[in-house]
Amino acid sequence: MEFLSISTDSRFTHKIWEAEELSKMVEGGIPYPMLSDAGGKIGRLYGVYDEAGGVDIRGRFIIDPDGIIQAMEVLTPPVGRNVSELVRQLQAFQLVRKTKGAEATPSGWRPGTPTLKVGPDLVGKVWTVWKPDMVY
Amino acid sequence: MSEEAMSCVQTARGPLVSSESPSADQPQAQPQEVQMEVARVGKEAPDFEASAYHEGGFKNVKLSDYRGQWVVVCFYPGDFTFV
Repeated sequence: MEFLSISTDSRFTHKIWEAEELSKMVEGGIPYPMLSDAGGKIGRLYGVYDEAGGVDIRGRFIIDPDGIIQAMEVLTPPVGRNVSELVRQLQAFQLVRKTKGAEATPSGWRPGTPTLKVGPDLVGKVWTVWKPDMVY
Repeated sequence: MSEEAMSCVQTARGPLVSSESPSADQPQAQPQEVQMEVARVGKEAPDFEASAYHEGGFKNVKLSDYRGQWVVVCFYPGDFTFV
């Protein structure tokens, strides 16, 4: 998979920020492309550009190999993301895709916990295979 | 030195609607940036192109280059900010 970060800063600022701060925070520096959304055009396209501030707010999109957006999460700037949740969602979407939709991941799913085999037989019977205290 | 490294800030482009544009320097009229379709979950992600910094160098990145892989796109307000 590929990871792309993007802000309205220029590629020049990205370079220096990576060199001055990020590479000290993360072993080996930043391995993924840091994109420049100068002008906020891409942010507007994705519904995350803040006109008043002139910046993109904290939006995160998961896009599948067919180019379809499977998930998004948008936060205002003061609160950071939870990468564990991103990883969990990615794993869930990949599992669903692999089974071609035969399986779905219920609430609270993480690798190793049960999935739901969707179909008419399950209607009204989900309680027999899943309960909240199994995962929460 | 590539001309891209010499020029100033390049604005990002999107949505890219045409099939393919070979070189990605100045915005051409050809990939039309038509009306604004805002990204929706469950729909195709609008294609875009942006200049980027990656592992010591500058390059242009187009979302459609990654078709066939999972892609995570993370927007954030600014470099050198706190969160």
